Amino acid sequence: MINSKIFERSAIGRLLLADKAGRYLIAALLVITVLVPLCNLLMPAGSFLHIPTYVVVLLGKYLCYALLALALDLVWGYCGILSLGHGAFFALGGYAMGMHLMRQIGERGVYGNAELPDFMVFLNWTELPWYWYGFDNFFFTMFMVALVPAALAFVFGWLAFRSRVTGVYLSIITQAMTYALLLAFFRNDMGFGGNNGLTDFKDILGFSLQSDATRCVLFALSALSVAGAYVLCRAIVTSKYGRVLIAIRDAESRTRFMGYRVEHYKLFVFVVSAILAGIAGALYVPQVGIINPGEFGPINSIEIVIWVAIGGRGTLFGAVIGAVAVNYAKTYFTGAFPEVWLFMLGALFVISTLYLPKGIVGVVTQIRERRAESNATSIPEQGAKS
Amino acid sequence: MKLSHVFRVFVVLALFVAQVVQAEQITPVKSEVAADNALLLNELISARSTSDKKNLINLIANSNFPQRAKVLSALQDGDLYYTKADEQLVYAFSHPDGYQITSVIDGENLGVIGSRKVRKISINNELRTVLRGVLAELSLRSEDVFVRLSAAKDLIRSPSPEFLYAIERAKAVEVNEKVLASLNIATAMINLNSEEQVLRLDAIEAFRGTLDSDAMSILAAMQLKDSEGNYLEQDDLVRESAAAVLSEMRGEAEMYKLVENVFFGLSLGSVLLLTAVGLAITFGVMGVINMAHGEMMMLGAYTTYVIQLLMPNYIDYSIVVAIPAAFLVSGLVGIVIERGVIRHLYGRPLETLLATFGVSLILQQAVRSIFSPLNKSVSAPSWLSGSWEINGALSLTYNRLYIIIFSLVVLLMLVFLLKKTFVGLQMRAVTQNRAMANSMGIRTGWVDALTFGLGSGIAGIAGVALSQLTNVGPNLGQSYIIDSFMVVVFGGVGNLFGTFFAAMSLGVANKFLEPFAGAVLAKIFVLVFIILFIQWRPRGLFALKGRSVED
Repeated sequence: MINSKIFERSAIGRLLLADKAGRYLIAALLVITVLVPLCNLLMPAGSFLHIPTYVVVLLGKYLCYALLALALDLVWGYCGILSLGHGAFFALGGYAMGMHLMRQIGERGVYGNAELPDFMVFLNWTELPWYWYGFDNFFFTMFMVALVPAALAFVFGWLAFRSRVTGVYLSIITQAMTYALLLAFFRNDMGFGGNNGLTDFKDILGFSLQSDATRCVLFALSALSVAGAYVLCRAIVTSKYGRVLIAIRDAESRTRFMGYRVEHYKLFVFVVSAILAGIAGALYVPQVGIINPGEFGPINSIEIVIWVAIGGRGTLFGAVIGAVAVNYAKTYFTGAFPEVWLFMLGALFVISTLYLPKGIVGVVTQIRERRAESNATSIPEQGAKS
Repeated sequence: MKLSHVFRVFVVLALFVAQVVQAEQITPVKSEVAADNALLLNELISARSTSDKKNLINLIANSNFPQRAKVLSALQDGDLYYTKADEQLVYAFSHPDGYQITSVIDGENLGVIGSRKVRKISINNELRTVLRGVLAELSLRSEDVFVRLSAAKDLIRSPSPEFLYAIERAKAVEVNEKVLASLNIATAMINLNSEEQVLRLDAIEAFRGTLDSDAMSILAAMQLKDSEGNYLEQDDLVRESAAAVLSEMRGEAEMYKLVENVFFGLSLGSVLLLTAVGLAITFGVMGVINMAHGEMMMLGAYTTYVIQLLMPNYIDYSIVVAIPAAFLVSGLVGIVIERGVIRHLYGRPLETLLATFGVSLILQQAVRSIFSPLNKSVSAPSWLSGSWEINGALSLTYNRLYIIIFSLVVLLMLVFLLKKTFVGLQMRAVTQNRAMANSMGIRTGWVDALTFGLGSGIAGIAGVALSQLTNVGPNLGQSYIIDSFMVVVFGGVGNLFGTFFAAMSLGVANKFLEPFAGAVLAKIFVLVFIILFIQWRPRGLFALKGRSVED
């Protein structure tokens, strides 16, 4: 009882009390944070409860995608900014992490150069480019994981929102942004490994990336990050500030005429979203073990939109559900029927936009509302008929 | 000389006999001439003195022996030998067991022979000079314009006074202007090395107005100094004159380089225009963001491929058939998409974007399943290859030229359709005020479908053009979709002229950035430029004004 009172009084508690689905989501995330590593590490390999390591990695990947989807839902679902370039923020965070992991390889690279990553030795570079300085430090890297996407989002958003680029135009130039970065990162001269990207990572903070324990910790961190990001996003959208965001989404001009500085609101939420995407990328890279320019591909960014659209736009937990569901389907179908997957994905897009404008979450609430309605109105209806 | 008389008599006789006798009897006469040539060639074996050999070389050059050029160049290269045993003239090439020999007279392969059994027909430097002149003259007299032209170009590269006579004689009979111009440059090149100042000044003057790169490098070399700071060219007057002509030539070459760059830029712009103009209709006029636009192009490209499969013997005409076919295929698919999906999503641009992206995935996978994921090769018709050489500094390739013309034709036809036909009138009416158009009796649904079909069909036509430029594969469309959107947004939505202007200026800008920045960086610059440009004019270069602007 005491515990529940503390829960009710704390800020997070109050937030979640009004958000039933959020409570389930957080609970589920906390459960898997504990359960999955336990089942992986403690259960014997043959046991029914044992979760193989590849599944842990896969789940960790889904959770990174879920975090990315949350970031997009925050701007798209609550502020109407359809960014087709969120993959860029994700990839930038990933590259920052990748650079740190590259520096950690040290002398264990193929060329055994303590200072330079292999691909630089291969390109006959003699010293580290200036923008690689500092990435040997973990905390500096963590700072950059947030700062680099945030800076890009700030500059881009400041320019775009100030001149009132909205709707489709904004979508297209965000796509151009990620496309330009894709082309840039493909160049060897950029110093990010070109086509091959960054890979062959060995360890993080001294723990081998190949060991099950490290993977479990990374998985747990991903799950906790999703939970944390969910609470943060929920706090933003339920605050007074969030109300203004929704107003901007629904009637931007009207909000502006009421005296709100629309561009400031948009810019803030855009930067927060970019930071979340960057963190997702930073968690993603050590788990999959590679980052390459393909992550900047416009198609990847559009896929993120699909996760959110299918899960249910503007609900936050819908984004998480959508990301996990679509990616699970992707894993399953690309394995079982590789030919069919793109047909499936394409059909999902079409069907979800035509028939499920509010996604999976929308369907569930619709069914529940209808049931509640029929319960509540069954008696008056009879009366009306007679 | 005596021999030449004998030879001429034989030739006249041969001609006379050839006219008189029946067709089947010509063969022995021909062989008689051949025998005579053989006689002449075998003289080479017995000739000892330089003057005898010189005469023989001239005689051979003027004979009617078909392979005289080959014999003489073999003589020059030291590949002409004779067998000691039967004194037969042979081409010999070294072989581990001696020499591999071939008869000169009848080209018969005589196998390998010991190196002591043959002897080389020796020549000295004087004869080498004669041979060079004779060989140059032989190729300058060739029937083939290209052989003559390349011979003249060779002379420009290795100017030497012994060719002067041959060049002058060739000039007298030359009818082709290009060959004549090259011969003039060759003369000037030779004269430039002479001792007399007047000749050298004339030679430099002769370079004026030509754009020959060899001439330019020679003139540039005349301006150099040695290590002590003295000019390599001692004659001040000649050097200054050379400097003047050189700067003029450089200026002209610069200008042509500029023209060429603009041309490249315009051809790139035309590709952009072709890919974007269909989008300008679906996105610009209808407001539908069609992410499947690239796949419509892909369908057009695959239609070209299928048409070529169907008519393998008429590749040259396949493109002509493919254009309407691609228009129909892509147009019909477009109409199906509009009726099936987009119709339900009007007024919801972001949802349209997602749905059409789904359609694009389905189309890509469909093509992958039907045609395999590998790239297909589409062959180019012969009339598309080659180039139009305007002068030494400027040559325009036909495929680029045709694509500029083609894109303009497509654009003009589209403008005509929209502005001058009844269907176009209906399309414009529906986009301006749907409800009013509907109440005037226009079947807006059908007009929407037709408009979308039109935009998709034009994308199909663009696909035919792309099939000639890039690989035809399932991802063909994806690589162009972003560029096309950029063009439409840059030009101003709903404005075909803006699309045209945007495509051309982006194409030219890209080509002018490339030399400084490289192709990829140039593209990045252009993208960043557009992103910044949109901040400045959020509705594009030529924005529509009036009520319809605000959504």
